[in-house]
Amino acid sequence: MTDIWAEREVSGWGRVPRATMLCARADHPRDVAAALAARGGEPMIAHGLGRSYGDAAMMRGGRVVFTRRLDRMLAFDEASGVVRVEAGVSVEDLILAFLPRGFFPPVVPGTWFVTVGGAIAADIHGKNHHVAGSFGDHVRAIDILVASGDVVHASRDENADLFAATIGGMGLTGVILSAEFAMERVAGPLIDMESIKFENLDEYFAVNAESDAFSHTVSWIDCTTRGDAMGRGIYMRGRHSSVLGAGDPFDAGVVDDAMKLVNARPFEANWLLNGLSIRAFNTAYFNKQLKKRVAAQAHFKSFFFPLDSVRGWNHLYGDRGFMQYQMVVPDREAVREVLTEITGAGMASFLAVIKDFGATCNGGLSFPRPGTTLALDFPNHGAPLLALMERLDRIVATAGGRVYLAKDARMSRDTFREMYPDWEAWRDVKERWDPNHHFQSEQGLRLGLCGGASS
Amino acid sequence: MSAWIFGATSRVGEALARHWAQRGYDIVLSARRREEAEAIASDIALRFRVRAHVLVLDATDIDGHEAAILAMAASSGAIDHAALVFGDMGDQEGSQADSAAAAHVINVNYTGAVSICETLAALMIEQGSGNIIGVSSVAGDRGRASNYIYGSAKGAFTLYLQGLRNRLHEHGVGVLTVKLGFVDTRMTWALQSGLPKATPEASAAAIAAAVERGENVMYYPRFWAGIMGIIRAIPEPIYKRLKIG
Ligand SMILES: Cc1cc2nc3c(=O)[nH]c(=O)nc-3n(C[C@H](O)[C@H](O)[C@H](O)COP(=O)(O)OP(=O)(O)OC[C@H]3O[C@@H](n4cnc5c(N)ncnc54)[C@H](O)[C@@H]3O)c2cc1C
Ligand SMILES: NC(=O)c1ccc[n+]([C@@H]2O[C@H](COP(=O)([O-])OP(=O)(O)OC[C@H]3O[C@@H](n4cnc5c(N)ncnc54)[C@H](OP(=O)(O)O)[C@@H]3O)[C@@H](O)[C@H]2O)c1
Repeated sequence: MTDIWAEREVSGWGRVPRATMLCARADHPRDVAAALAARGGEPMIAHGLGRSYGDAAMMRGGRVVFTRRLDRMLAFDEASGVVRVEAGVSVEDLILAFLPRGFFPPVVPGTWFVTVGGAIAADIHGKNHHVAGSFGDHVRAIDILVASGDVVHASRDENADLFAATIGGMGLTGVILSAEFAMERVAGPLIDMESIKFENLDEYFAVNAESDAFSHTVSWIDCTTRGDAMGRGIYMRGRHSSVLGAGDPFDAGVVDDAMKLVNARPFEANWLLNGLSIRAFNTAYFNKQLKKRVAAQAHFKSFFFPLDSVRGWNHLYGDRGFMQYQMVVPDREAVREVLTEITGAGMASFLAVIKDFGATCNGGLSFPRPGTTLALDFPNHGAPLLALMERLDRIVATAGGRVYLAKDARMSRDTFREMYPDWEAWRDVKERWDPNHHFQSEQGLRLGLCGGASS
Repeated sequence: MSAWIFGATSRVGEALARHWAQRGYDIVLSARRREEAEAIASDIALRFRVRAHVLVLDATDIDGHEAAILAMAASSGAIDHAALVFGDMGDQEGSQADSAAAAHVINVNYTGAVSICETLAALMIEQGSGNIIGVSSVAGDRGRASNYIYGSAKGAFTLYLQGLRNRLHEHGVGVLTVKLGFVDTRMTWALQSGLPKATPEASAAAIAAAVERGENVMYYPRFWAGIMGIIRAIPEPIYKRLKIG
């Protein structure tokens, strides 16, 4: 018999922290159950495509089970668009299989390299949150391996507590094996879109207020300019085009194909993304669009997943890795305060994105709530960056906002509890299904969501 | 067009099934676990819009092979490619201590494989066409202390395939022997080695390409041909003293 456990280096997308731990890789659902049964009394956590940034999908001193090879599509109803798939199926898999039939995943993040399990566990949001809610809103049922070793069917009607706690539950309620959700009907691979330049934060809010007619909105925002131009950027809004067919989803255009060959790993260096190059990039990006408003038709890949064309771009930050800070706050003044704090700190963010969420809010540990969300990448500057993030936490918490767990690698337990007032009710459900804390992650331990006996 | 995979629940087998399905082949997925084979069948039918059938078969159930294969062939039509991917490495020390365990390893990798191949050969002779692909191992090229029960069964399978190729040639039926080195599957998950592991997808693509070219014997990854050439060239008086992996 070959051993199912082997040492592997594991990290999130930000590559901090990263460490070696015992891992198993499941080919079939039975392998997940076998891993749970043979984990030597240590806690375990699921790991999908590792696109969460921090320490959510890892467990030093415990076990990690890779779910990516649980990638079978089990059922599809052409009439309703409802699909049932194993949890390791990726957004890429879904698009390649179903776009030719006229269906698109109901919610997609900024990369198509995420698994359905990861999408549910982080209750991910997309550019259409204001009209479609988050991924969990579209999930009808899941099959999940829980601590007892049983595979439990959970939905809004059956084992509803487990179902709700698993959406956004960051893998701490068990390992999702399969899920059923509805895909959205679309005509083809194209997006009708407009880009509008805004000169500052006020103008962002003004453009946003008149963008109700668009199902997808997101803006790139320059976090390196202060004063009057603080918060300048480009507002992108669009919708699935009604233009039919227009090529298949594999044909993302010549540019994309050329970009596919670009691999960021050889460029890995700590100095590559520094304050200067980041400022230069942001200015160039802002000035690239000359006109105030540009309307165009884009391929879904460049609209939704622009970064996917550079493979391994997280290596551009060098060996030190990087961190993302994503928060949502209910009011505009807090957004301004956060931006002021960041531009003042002189720690440039290479990529910053701003978007307004819609009204839906799933409770538990799910992130989205009404307000404005801002996501910023920072090279790992160490202590000064952590201190900046602490200051940002204060602004966000005071405003009644919160930080996204899928991006988090450092938040304190107290801050977390302030931001997620449902945490206790969530933990009660976790303990009902996992009384001995078989499922634990480093993030869960840090935030006080799990811990204690595992046997 | 149809392609049959025996051992469809292995990642190499599944990758081969996907490869051929993407090129329009209907697929027959044979495995010993029905539920898993059915999950793979739905996946293939959904992704590639071909027909995918399940044939439940245990490699060691020799008495049942012929009838099951003939029944499936009767309903699914001519067989273009049939790949035998299943295998069981067993546990060398267990096989040394327990002859039933050793016999099981031999039965899966050799006796069972022969039984399935003979049924396929008869069908393909009748068709006057087809390819049989036998997935063997570099472990079958030379016996080693650490896995010679498995290795000898694979070595016997390699020799068998050679004879079968010789017999089927005049009937227009091809036989490809695939000697895998390290492929990144459950078998090698815990294996620490300086040598790279090929992905199942790359292995499947290479195997399918070799079938198209009418190759007889292939190593994959290809550099294993060189490694095994050297290992086979070591004189036995020296080889017997070596400890290799
Ligand atoms: C470039 C980029 C853009 C992004 N854009 C967005 C965005 O726009 N919106 C957004 O919401 N997020 C976004 N993300 C974050 C990403 O969508 C989430 O982190 C998502 O969870 C990643 O999925 P994964 O399969 O990689 O999961 P992992 O990172 O491997 O795991 C994430 C969490 O899910 C759990 N998990 C994974 N699989 C299972 C399972 N089968 N059962 C139970 N738990 C499981 C893990 O334990 C862990 O807690 C982005 C990330 C990147 C790198
Ligand atoms: N991976 C390598 O580096 C490597 C190297 C050399 C050769 N190989 C050969 O490559 C082939 C594929 O192996 P793999 O690496 O993909 O490993 P694997 O996942 O362990 O595949 C083994 C397959 O054989 C099946 N099987 C075992 N006993 C069986 C039986 N009695 N009846 C029917 N099916 C049985 C298994 O079915 P279950 O899923 O039901 O267990 C599984 O589908 C094997 O022949 C192996 O010997 C692999």
